[in-house]
Amino acid sequence: MSRLSAARITVRRGGRAIVDDVSFDLEDGAFVALVGANGAGKSTLLSVLAGLMAADGGAVSLDGQALEGLDRRDLARRRAYLPQNPRAEWPIAVERLVALGLTPYLPAFGGLPGGLEPRLTQALEACDLLDHRLQPATTLSGGELARAMLARALIGDPQVLIADEPTAGLDPKHALDTMRRLKALAGQGKLVVAALHDLTLAARYSTHLMALENGRLAAFGPTAGVLTPALLKQVFDVEARIVGEGPSASVDYLAAGAGA
Amino acid sequence: MRPGPAGLPTILALLVLAAAAVASVFVGRVSLSPAELTQGMFHPQTMAGLVVTELRIPRTVLAILVGASLGLSGAVLQGLLRNPLAEPGLLGVTNGAALGAVVSIYFGLSHNFGLATPLLGMAGAVAAGALTYALGRGSSLTLILAGAAASSLMAAFLALALNFAPSPYAAYEMNVWMLGSLAERSWDHVLLAAPFVAAGLAVLATMGRAVDALALGDLQAESLGIRLDRTRVLALLGVGLCVGAATSVTGAVGFIGLVAPHLIRPFVGYQPSRTLLPSALAGAALLLLADIGTRLIHTNTELRLGVLTSLLGAPFFFWLVIRVRKTAP
Repeated sequence: MSRLSAARITVRRGGRAIVDDVSFDLEDGAFVALVGANGAGKSTLLSVLAGLMAADGGAVSLDGQALEGLDRRDLARRRAYLPQNPRAEWPIAVERLVALGLTPYLPAFGGLPGGLEPRLTQALEACDLLDHRLQPATTLSGGELARAMLARALIGDPQVLIADEPTAGLDPKHALDTMRRLKALAGQGKLVVAALHDLTLAARYSTHLMALENGRLAAFGPTAGVLTPALLKQVFDVEARIVGEGPSASVDYLAAGAGA
Repeated sequence: MRPGPAGLPTILALLVLAAAAVASVFVGRVSLSPAELTQGMFHPQTMAGLVVTELRIPRTVLAILVGASLGLSGAVLQGLLRNPLAEPGLLGVTNGAALGAVVSIYFGLSHNFGLATPLLGMAGAVAAGALTYALGRGSSLTLILAGAAASSLMAAFLALALNFAPSPYAAYEMNVWMLGSLAERSWDHVLLAAPFVAAGLAVLATMGRAVDALALGDLQAESLGIRLDRTRVLALLGVGLCVGAATSVTGAVGFIGLVAPHLIRPFVGYQPSRTLLPSALAGAALLLLADIGTRLIHTNTELRLGVLTSLLGAPFFFWLVIRVRKTAP
């Protein structure tokens, strides 16, 4: 039984299929990079995978159970979701923001139960946020906020993390840092699915690569085998060169395709 | 964990509220000494007794109910919509209640039956709330837009009623009613509004977790198991019940719902759930203080409560704008 399975997912908007008949099975320990051109359907697919959007056709199942049948709180405990460029709407302290990740574990009223306090400290420590514990979340830098949101997602110890462009807007150092953390999570046996725009980062850190082209699954498999100049030509319409392998791989774009 | 929702801000707000409530019983147009009034509480048949038990205490209780409704509604709506300018009137129920009340005055129903005005006010609030819900469910933005649309429709009917007022006196009566007041309210008004206010407050008080999670935005809140559609319905229901009932008995009282949460927020680390209860207490205290103000400021015509809260609230609005300008990225 796979951890997260998609069976023939289709999402239509305005008569057009944004996600078109996509099927795959994902296992624990994988860090899946979801790539594709703008408008290929990455965000939509991730929303459906996270159970936040209902598909018009097909079904997603987590541990063999269909997402629609799952209790919302139960689902929230088992998978975490990070949208693109998440932000804090109030100047609440970083520790309060991170603790919000425990919402599906909390009773309807009252503060954080004492038993969960160590988890908060642990999550802050894991994301190097102890120094920012009491700082208003709205005053964090981009990199710090990304770490705080990651801590928020991980504090509930979910088995699956779904992140939409977790490196968007981050400088190289913080982008690398985020990728390192996501890879480490997969190394601990979690399943991580992240939409990525930076193909070099995807080549270096992900274990699996999934490419979307106009809503259809163009390729899916271990990154080293799937990421080829031919695929990039097909999906992004660019001439590209891939140098090196694994942690030293890099993807260079040489020219836009003739169809551009 | 650090102090829960019943922390220092709650205790402070409670103390201010208690002091204001005591002051409200002892201050008024009929000048009676505190000793006479205290005596009166135990001898309801005396003049002082009547003033205390039939005028001052119901007026005080009503002020607390109305203020708490406005304060809590403001805190929930600002949390739900993550908009510092959100206030209870946003969803159309205030104008709906005003329209209902004005219709009762228009047809002279209030002269035959004293409670016709608040009863029709509630009907108006329900109608406006239902309209907002029918049009606006689905997202926070559509809820605000639908609230604005329902509000303006009610305002248009209000203007129509004033335009065709049967007599200058009726027009005057409508206008004055819309300014908002707690004067000449009796236990009947308290008993009429109290059940709806209590139900509304109870609904809104359950929304702490939802408004907290919404500090992360709609998507993350939903991913954490918060049902946004249900949250919006509960907010509209709660605000409709308590603000609708409150406005039906007092007329429109502005700014309390806007101001109260802002006074509380810095003291609770801006956490939306911890803003709720203290905002209800602060709203009640603010309204009581404003009402005491209307009794202390001696003018030939009564200074209406809604006028005073607007006079005090508008400068606060300016301060809010300046602060938003400073903190905006």
